[in-house]
Amino acid sequence: MSKTLLAAAAGCLLVSRAALASLGGDVSSVESDRVHMKAAAVTTTASSLYTVHQMQMPNGTIVREFANTDGIVFAVTWRGPFPPDLRQTLGAYFQKYQSAPRVGPHGHTHDVVQQPDLVVHSGGHLRAFLGNAYVPQLVPQGVSIDLLLQSNP
Amino acid sequence: MTVSRSGCSALVAALAACAMVLAGGCGGGGSGGSTVGGSGSQGSGGSGGNPPPTPGNVVSVIADAGPTDPANASAGPIQTVNTPFVSVTLCAPGTSNCQTIDHISVDTGSVGLRVVAAVLSSSLASALTTVMDTRGRPLAECLPFADGYSWGSVKLVDAKIGGEQASGISIEVIGDPAYPTVPSACSSGGAQQEDTVSTFGANGILGIGNFQQDCGSLCVTETVPQITTQLYYGCASSANCVATTVPLASQVWNPISKFATDNNGSILELPSVASSGAPSATGSLIFGIDTQSNNALGTATVLSVDPSTGNLTVNFLGQSFSSSFLDSGSNGNFFTDSSLVPCNPSSSEKGFYCPPSTQALSATVTSNSGVTTGTLNFSVASADALFSNGNGTFYVFNNLAGTNSLPQSFDFGLSFFFGRNVYTAIESSSTSAGMGPFVAF
Repeated sequence: MSKTLLAAAAGCLLVSRAALASLGGDVSSVESDRVHMKAAAVTTTASSLYTVHQMQMPNGTIVREFANTDGIVFAVTWRGPFPPDLRQTLGAYFQKYQSAPRVGPHGHTHDVVQQPDLVVHSGGHLRAFLGNAYVPQLVPQGVSIDLLLQSNP
Repeated sequence: MTVSRSGCSALVAALAACAMVLAGGCGGGGSGGSTVGGSGSQGSGGSGGNPPPTPGNVVSVIADAGPTDPANASAGPIQTVNTPFVSVTLCAPGTSNCQTIDHISVDTGSVGLRVVAAVLSSSLASALTTVMDTRGRPLAECLPFADGYSWGSVKLVDAKIGGEQASGISIEVIGDPAYPTVPSACSSGGAQQEDTVSTFGANGILGIGNFQQDCGSLCVTETVPQITTQLYYGCASSANCVATTVPLASQVWNPISKFATDNNGSILELPSVASSGAPSATGSLIFGIDTQSNNALGTATVLSVDPSTGNLTVNFLGQSFSSSFLDSGSNGNFFTDSSLVPCNPSSSEKGFYCPPSTQALSATVTSNSGVTTGTLNFSVASADALFSNGNGTFYVFNNLAGTNSLPQSFDFGLSFFFGRNVYTAIESSSTSAGMGPFVAF
């Protein structure tokens, strides 16, 4: 899907979907993320099972959003000097991310949330953060989420 | 635990007092000597006996069960595991209005001195100088960690650590009650607000990583017009803080870079601990690399790190992890090894490994410039067993490890530091082994 088309779609949907953001949202939320986070253009690559939308924040952090063939974002990854706007990127799942029980106190360089409907790994330190989040139920059949995240650091 | 902790503080204060005497005796310090009186009042008990002279570039480190949260004092120490602490004396700039704060964690993975507001005396808190942004607004900071963020004001202090002093440096006062409203741009970057002793895990943090400032050039100018990194904020009022740019000079600095001497880096020296663990471990944080007789680089392996991230590459089980680092602020070695059994996710050890028997493993580390070290050997014991050793009174372990599902990241935490001297050289600082940034061990 072209960038222009995405932007147009986002424009139509912004009012009614103001609360809808990336993880678990439909593909239009990719564009609303881009606008919200003032990122440069989204680059999109597609396979038969999913589409990857990549955007770079002004602060240098790269966010990738993975949409299944229904256009639903099932995973996001980030990497860069600062964390991304997770309220925007995790969308409806941000509150769960905040309130979920943590997997142990390990210092400040690790954070793991392991819930039936949300998995988040956040790590690194200032100037070098990285992380990923996904919704297990939304991962397309035939996609190994572990391999996907490994190959998209 | 409480007894040993206060004992440590007394020892540190005594060492600091001795160091001040020595520094004064040398007479060459210039600016360093002028505010010694502030700390001298701390040591007014006198130095009875004649302990061996302690160089001024050393501060005692203890890894124990941690501080007590003043908001929950009856609970006792907050039960930190594998966390090294020092005492730091903070003074209102140029005055003798000082306070020595124990249980400041030593973190080679971050940069800058930060203290939890709740442990500051009201007399010191009210005397600290406010740092202003370029528009004349009080400066605040949102420091992101992987597991949350710390929000607080930026204040000017004189910081005394061991016998060294960093005069007039910016620090963050975490959870400053004067700025109770966390900007949404700050809270959007992480899950949890870590502004209390319990949630932060220490009374403060001494970030002595590879950089001079916490943010550096990324925060000096707008990345695109109207857009900043959202690390620093200017506060027109207590509830109205907006992201702003900050000149390098006003940023939160690595205190070591502001010392008059011994300012090119540090060595964290922690003793070996038994494979079963120990209640605590006592070591030293030594300032400077090859600047004194007690901080020689010797035959340590020097590994340059990525000058923009501080990372290097670890090779483990045939896989390359390019976003790896040595971090005294991580309480275990965190990496992926699918053959290791993770602890029960419903247990208090979740996130750590619980192999049925201790596993011996090895990895190699490659510097940013491509130099590979020899093999690094380490072992992984069951966290479940370790935490039961000593009837649950052990807080330091050299074989504690946990899962790390992030691709490309191998985090050598404090487990790695025991029994080693780990050097951290600061960027743009010259050493006998060349310019920082590098790590060595």
